[in-house]
Amino acid sequence: MNLNWHDPDRVNLLQAALAERILLLDGAMGTMIQAAGLSEADYRGRRFADHPDDLKGNNDLLTLTRPELIAQIHRQFLAAGCDLIETNTFNANRISQADYALEECSEELNRAAAELARGVCAEFEAENRAKPRFTVGILGPTNRTASISPDVANPGYRAVTFDDLVLAYQEAARGLLDGGVDALMIETVFDTLNAKAAVFAVEEEFEARGARWPLMISGTITDASGRTLSGQTPEAFYYSVAHAQPFSIGFNCALGADQLKAHVRALNRIAGTLVSAHPNAGLPNEFGEYDESPQAMAKVIRGYAEEGLVNIIGGCCGTTPEHLAAITEAVQGFRPRALPGAQAA
Amino acid sequence: MTDHETLQRRATRLSGLEPLVITPELGFVNIGERTNVTGSARFKKLILEERYEEAIEVALQQVQNGAQIIDVNMDEGMLDAEHAMVTFLNLIAAEPDIARVPIMIDSSKFSVIEAGLKCLQGKGVVNSISLKEGEAAFLEQARRINRYGAAVVVMAFDETGQADNAERMLECLSRAYRLLTEQAGFAPEDIIFDPNIFPVATGIEEHDNYSVEFMTAARELKKRFPSSHVSGGVSNMSFSFRGNDLVREAMHSVFLYHATRAGMDMGIVNAGQLAVYDDIDPQLRELVEDVVLNRRSDATERLLDAAERFKGEGRREEKDEAWREKPVAERLKYALVKGIDKYVIEDTEEARQAHPSSLEVIEGPLMDGMNYVGDLFGDGRMFLPQVVKSARVMKKAVAHLVPYLEKEKKVGDKKGKILMATVKGDVHDIGKNIVGVVLACNGFDIVDLGVMVPAEKILAEAQAHDVDVIGLSGLITPSLDEMVNVAEAMQREGFRMPLMIGGATTSRAHTALKIEPRYEHGVVWVKDASRSVDVARKLASPKNRDDYLNTIAVDYQEYRQGAAAKRSRKPLITLAKARAKAYQPDWSSFRPESPIRPGIHQIDAWPLDDLVGYIDWTPFFRTWELAGRYPDILEDEVVGETARSLFDDARAMLDRIVADRWLTASGVCALVPAARDGDDVVLYTDESRSEVLERLVCLRQQADKNSENLCLADFVAPANAGIPDWAGLFAVTAGLGIEEAAKRLPEHDDYADIMLKALADRLAEALAEALHAKVRRELWGYAAGETLPNEALIGEQYRGIRPAPGYPACPDHSEKTKIFDLLDAPKRLGMELTENFAMLPTAAVSGYYFGHPDAKYFVVGKLGHDQVEDYARRKGIDVATAEKYLRPNLGY
Repeated sequence: MNLNWHDPDRVNLLQAALAERILLLDGAMGTMIQAAGLSEADYRGRRFADHPDDLKGNNDLLTLTRPELIAQIHRQFLAAGCDLIETNTFNANRISQADYALEECSEELNRAAAELARGVCAEFEAENRAKPRFTVGILGPTNRTASISPDVANPGYRAVTFDDLVLAYQEAARGLLDGGVDALMIETVFDTLNAKAAVFAVEEEFEARGARWPLMISGTITDASGRTLSGQTPEAFYYSVAHAQPFSIGFNCALGADQLKAHVRALNRIAGTLVSAHPNAGLPNEFGEYDESPQAMAKVIRGYAEEGLVNIIGGCCGTTPEHLAAITEAVQGFRPRALPGAQAA
Repeated sequence: MTDHETLQRRATRLSGLEPLVITPELGFVNIGERTNVTGSARFKKLILEERYEEAIEVALQQVQNGAQIIDVNMDEGMLDAEHAMVTFLNLIAAEPDIARVPIMIDSSKFSVIEAGLKCLQGKGVVNSISLKEGEAAFLEQARRINRYGAAVVVMAFDETGQADNAERMLECLSRAYRLLTEQAGFAPEDIIFDPNIFPVATGIEEHDNYSVEFMTAARELKKRFPSSHVSGGVSNMSFSFRGNDLVREAMHSVFLYHATRAGMDMGIVNAGQLAVYDDIDPQLRELVEDVVLNRRSDATERLLDAAERFKGEGRREEKDEAWREKPVAERLKYALVKGIDKYVIEDTEEARQAHPSSLEVIEGPLMDGMNYVGDLFGDGRMFLPQVVKSARVMKKAVAHLVPYLEKEKKVGDKKGKILMATVKGDVHDIGKNIVGVVLACNGFDIVDLGVMVPAEKILAEAQAHDVDVIGLSGLITPSLDEMVNVAEAMQREGFRMPLMIGGATTSRAHTALKIEPRYEHGVVWVKDASRSVDVARKLASPKNRDDYLNTIAVDYQEYRQGAAAKRSRKPLITLAKARAKAYQPDWSSFRPESPIRPGIHQIDAWPLDDLVGYIDWTPFFRTWELAGRYPDILEDEVVGETARSLFDDARAMLDRIVADRWLTASGVCALVPAARDGDDVVLYTDESRSEVLERLVCLRQQADKNSENLCLADFVAPANAGIPDWAGLFAVTAGLGIEEAAKRLPEHDDYADIMLKALADRLAEALAEALHAKVRRELWGYAAGETLPNEALIGEQYRGIRPAPGYPACPDHSEKTKIFDLLDAPKRLGMELTENFAMLPTAAVSGYYFGHPDAKYFVVGKLGHDQVEDYARRKGIDVATAEKYLRPNLGY
């Protein structure tokens, strides 16, 4: 199906920037929210004051109840030099929101988060027209796995079906696209079947709208085994989602930049598209906190740039605007990974 | 762009858990056919009777026999095909040895195909779609497949029917190709043509040319569409020879021989049952070739006539004993590499008779074999458990030769002599034994002094045996100081041989900072057994030793400077500040529960079979230096095979331990009124809380961080809060009887010996877990309704913690004395503490229980001088002693 870009001008701007330099994706929304030390009441706001379930920890809900906080976090990352910011929608899908009995808010959460992020990008673009800023609509992995049984005694069991996931993702994608995102990103993919359902949903949505948006995909390698949670190697992961013709392919989360590098290298070798990475700030310490310093992380990321591994770099758990500022500086002047086919052209 | 890149770009890239990149270099791709209810009567029966476990076995065999993709077909009238497809695919997704390959979903019903596609995380293949129902339906199906992400097999079929000659095949398939690439968005490399393989030699003349037509079509398709593939179901062509496997296999083989040359590059075959073209009886091959290539009109009759003569069982998978045919040196090498001890005595004897002396047997074939093992291990192509098994074979062989050696009175040249010891106060020797075995395998002479060896004895024995290297091992923290002692004594006594340091508690940091500066003739930290060989080789070589030690010395010097810089960078906060940032539970919202059964509880001889389910296997594999989480490790690409074999051996020994009661697992615990007093947990004699029984002295984090600075005492309600709280103590062991059990093991079997100790350790941990569960559910009873599977226990998804002295939340081992005294563990359980607070039997755990819902494990980390002083005062010991106990935690 050959659909045209929804907004060819924005995509051209993005591609022009990508041809020139390594673009910066933002850092950890969750870490920044955690640092704000919010209470149950903060999460509820006025609108959900009487909601029967606990809402503390539902970070996506803050888009509605504390929009200024989220906007401020976006601003901090943009001020640090980020080119792309991620919407606060990691768990804004009906499957994850069921934990809080807020399934019915899923689409609204996505739309509002997209509008909020887009608005902040517009503020920065108004100040400096030479530097476009892009909003990336985030589709998280959900809290269920489609190809792994949660019940060891019953390996054939599945807690979520492909069809459930397609419905949830399509609803989320609808909200994000309505809210004006520049691109979508299916990220922290721990089970490739979940991602394939997301691809399916997004394609359906594109078809319904008669246009497409850049679709980024980023998996996660969960441990030293070098595989995704669902057991795939980096190569198998890429081949499994290549049919989406992703705008970029990459890895994020789970590992620090140092440990992630080998897996990004694997993608760099085979990917016929742009490569992204947004690692954690090191490995969690004994308190489960990520404490790699901005300088230390930036140093490792500089190695990525020197090797020409990536087109887009950012941060996941534990990365603050300070980290991103250090990374921005570290990759400055390095050429991005050669675009596939560039030599042949 | 080079040609190579062009090829790469057009390669078909499928995936299961692992990628399958189909390039011309890969050759013919085998697609396993046995998981097909229409093709395999056995598989059909298994599915109809819902014997899925056996059905999974069929898939596994296909992969093991070399299938690179497996075809799954559930099209059977008696079956709900969608349901069977989904059930089977979900089940094999949980089997990494199967799921590593891509799946081909085979059905004539599109609803079944779609149901199957919704189960595949990898990129599979759909088999098949065709133009049978016209272009619109074809395109709709193709687009949907593309959206799921799969390659597709197109069958040569269109609105007018199935194609049975080359011209029609090309017509249908070329048209399908155009539609797929131009209108459905398919890449050429994701298209697989099935021009149709029909039965030949049926007696019907029109069928005689089917194979030739297929090959003609294949040749042309490959020419027109070089990035696409040609496939087909091979077994179909020999359908008329059902019951004669030998002839059928010959037909398949001959067909493939010619079809692959024509351009067929994939095929659905019985991967375990393909005859080798060159191995076919030439007479039969000739007859078959006449049929397949339609070379003469009487070909079918001639093959039918001859078929009876060739009736056979077909090829059977042979039991591999072929290595027994090789010369004796090769057999010994094979036995060493594979760890097979079945024939080693007879082979060794044969070698002995063939050599002038027994020593030459050792230095010749046996050492050659062990060197090869050493090389494989060094290259990461063999793993520790296999090496230890090799050592067992070697020891058996050497034991056979010892009487002859003594008669011949000759001693072999060794690579070097190494003294090994677990230092004074420490009793842990699994790691030391492993290193000893690995070094012995590599030709070193090992003098093993065992455990709890005082410095004086190490020095005396080192001189008596004139060793080249001294190796020290230890697991508990105080052993670090003891190693420093040994190093100082060596310096004092004028020793010159280098010192190797290893063991779980040791580190490069401690070795560089604390040991190496005390001894000037070389101290090297060895991370694990696999590194020990290289280090020992260098240290025992007069040629390389000095250079190597210089490198290490420079490295450690740099490390010390780096560490100094690092220390000054991250200051600790004062104890007062840390206390102000204590974790303060809201005691108004949580009321600690009183135990249902307070006081002391002793459990003698906990049933071992009950403990097996509580075992956390991951640390067991770590003991053997196999990295990975259980159960995933069993399927790991690199170490999986080794891990499985080790696990099988472990389960077998565990069965014997349980069945024959080799070990006794007993424990004691107490639930006591308690209160927080500063950083102490005060235990009272009774519920009047008037008399103090004991003070558990705890440590507080002093790192400068945003979150709270934790101390175990924080999880207990303070005395002045007026809230009666409780805490617990426990000590368990599963090592009672282990000496006796060890005697039941075969002689010279380090593998079994290490295995026994490692399993006893696991059982002790399992008992600690089981007893904790009992405490939570019955004795304290605050979680009466808790039911958690073992994974959840290992993941510590329950309320309450059981920290153990010597571990990160309470690193001081000496606090164990209080637990042992209060529980009367020596008298009740026969457990003891060494002078440095190591527990005997070694398979033991002791610690505290805290029940607060927020209680969690943490790492105390570095401590400031102010806290160490305070701690010494609270414990009633001098600061130097406190520093000794807390050595690795000192932050100054």
